[in-house]
Amino acid sequence: MSSESTFGDYGGQYVPEALMPAIEELTDAYERYVLDNEDGFMDEFRERLADFGGRPTPLQYAEQLSERYDTDVYLKREDLVHGGAHKLNNALGQVLLAKYMGKERIIAETGAGQHGTATAMACAHLGMPCEIYMGETDIARQRPNVFRMRINGAEVNPVTTGRGTLKEAISETMRDWATTVETTHYVIGSVVGPAPFPAMVRDFQAVISEEAREQAREKIGSLPDSVLACAGGGSNTMGTFANFVEDENVGLYAVEAGGSSLSVDEEKGVAPNSASLSTGDEGVLHGARTKLLQDSHGQIMESHSVSAGLDYAGVGPELAHLVDEERVQAVNVDDDAALDAFHRLSQEEGIIPALESSHALGFLHEHHDELGDSVVVNVSGRGDKDLETVIEETSKRDLESAPDLSVFREVGGGL
Amino acid sequence: MSLEAVFADEPAFVPYLAAGDPDYDSSIEYVEALARGGADVIELGLPFSEPIAEGPTIQEAVVRSLEAGMTPERFFEFVEDLDVDVPLVCMTYYNLIYQYGTEEGPRPFVERAAEVGIQGFVVPDLPAEEAGPLREACDEFGLDLVFIVAPTTEGERLERMMEHVSGYVYVQARLGVTGARDDVSDHTEQSLARLAQWDVPKAVGFGIKTGDHAERIVSAGADGIIVGSALVDIIAEGHENGDDVADVAERLETKARELKDGALRGAQNRPQPEGK
Repeated sequence: MSSESTFGDYGGQYVPEALMPAIEELTDAYERYVLDNEDGFMDEFRERLADFGGRPTPLQYAEQLSERYDTDVYLKREDLVHGGAHKLNNALGQVLLAKYMGKERIIAETGAGQHGTATAMACAHLGMPCEIYMGETDIARQRPNVFRMRINGAEVNPVTTGRGTLKEAISETMRDWATTVETTHYVIGSVVGPAPFPAMVRDFQAVISEEAREQAREKIGSLPDSVLACAGGGSNTMGTFANFVEDENVGLYAVEAGGSSLSVDEEKGVAPNSASLSTGDEGVLHGARTKLLQDSHGQIMESHSVSAGLDYAGVGPELAHLVDEERVQAVNVDDDAALDAFHRLSQEEGIIPALESSHALGFLHEHHDELGDSVVVNVSGRGDKDLETVIEETSKRDLESAPDLSVFREVGGGL
Repeated sequence: MSLEAVFADEPAFVPYLAAGDPDYDSSIEYVEALARGGADVIELGLPFSEPIAEGPTIQEAVVRSLEAGMTPERFFEFVEDLDVDVPLVCMTYYNLIYQYGTEEGPRPFVERAAEVGIQGFVVPDLPAEEAGPLREACDEFGLDLVFIVAPTTEGERLERMMEHVSGYVYVQARLGVTGARDDVSDHTEQSLARLAQWDVPKAVGFGIKTGDHAERIVSAGADGIIVGSALVDIIAEGHENGDDVADVAERLETKARELKDGALRGAQNRPQPEGK
């Protein structure tokens, strides 16, 4: 582990001056507590991840998928982490770090609501006041998570600017932080933002691949041929890849949201996808230089995905660098394939995956014969939060794996 | 006139408007009205889709301007079309500077800005740590790069930053985002005291709304005042009510005069700076 602030040409600290002293303070705390385990910080973090978070999570052999694809498929079950997603790994780490730093208040942005939920849980667990910024579009499509945050005692502040998704929520949280920086820590939810966030969030999430690598050795007897993870901002991606990066024979696939199309509408400033690794250009957003969905002038595009958690115009700078270096393959699947994969895993393996994770499973379905004899897929979260969206989106499509959901319409219009 | 020279004789009034708000032609009228009202330098915002340092007033101005078709190239034409006799500073976010032109880096943007007569830049998401390439391009074309000093900027960090300053220093009066306020922040006097040892003009911004605010800030030692949201509010209100452009321009000119007069009153309340 190291505290690098740039990754090739990417990364850096493009933030207002008012935040720089706090970022210097955070860098110092990250180096001392996380990297050097000062005051036993990492020991306490690991203990809480186990007792409160439910780690380690299993690496499960998926019998039906393995048979279907004629390759050994293993699922890293991050959906079983407390709260239902990998997000707690990072949220718990950062809220604990904020306590060690003597901060009095936590703020965070959320897209799908999983990071907001994880942060609200971690704050309740550690006794910190918590405010979550969430775009109003996302509030509408992720209601169960809004209730969970409120029930855990967090304030939820709707963000009404722009299209009301993750991009706007991050901007608004940065504005809060610029006002309250002396007492408040901003728990950023992914491997994005100014240094040291990308490296620090990766380090908190790296427990995924630390476990998976060891578990693969035990279960497969060797390392897997391929590792798949979905990529929005990239925190589950970097967490799943981190300990495999040095293993040159392990193929790493970052599966982005292809949305409805990979083309862009320059006139309207809309990209109907969130595939910034596959189709984006280098630029500066939210504190870092990275790959972005932007128009020819540098204005940021409105992204789209059926999955709120992948719906972001940027991506973590380290992941962008690993793609440039050809260590990680950036691939994508569209909304239809992700929905189909959602239903397939639910029916064949009895696991309802998050729509985010369904993208990785969709890629497995489309490319299983190119991935070698053993594949690890990170199931980054569970799909309970997505049921409303899935029912609505499934009814618009003719999907191979979808069950008949008309019963919901008969009883009066959804959940 | 160089940016620094503007501050030499009397306190400067530095208004900000988002170029093209609410549309190109009205915006030209509004900027010219501010010049008539006594502006000494004008900060022209080139709108970026993710203005993380701005409060709601300027966020809305950015949306209006972008929806009316503002682009970097239109911005440069805007500057060429303006008939004003004061130095212009471009305030924008780094991605727009970085993306302009075919060559990588900020140089093409700075070259074009110099060509249309812009004299400096304020870039709110570019701290001194990341400013090297832009600084170099500014030096090449003779433009100033104005840095923002925040209430949290102290000690060694402040000293390092002051080595890079040119034109004037933008003293951020309070933590947070831009927006007109009803009070003057206590941070202002503390920040001005921290900066007293450096002989560079200090312009205070963030939250200034009235001539009385301007007076108090200048009497506390500021060499200039920067006002954005209080002016943008006038444009927003006029736009919402469907008022004549000429009427809105007149209100802006009146407001500008109030702020400039306040700054001048403030200068009489304090000892004259020596050696300037």
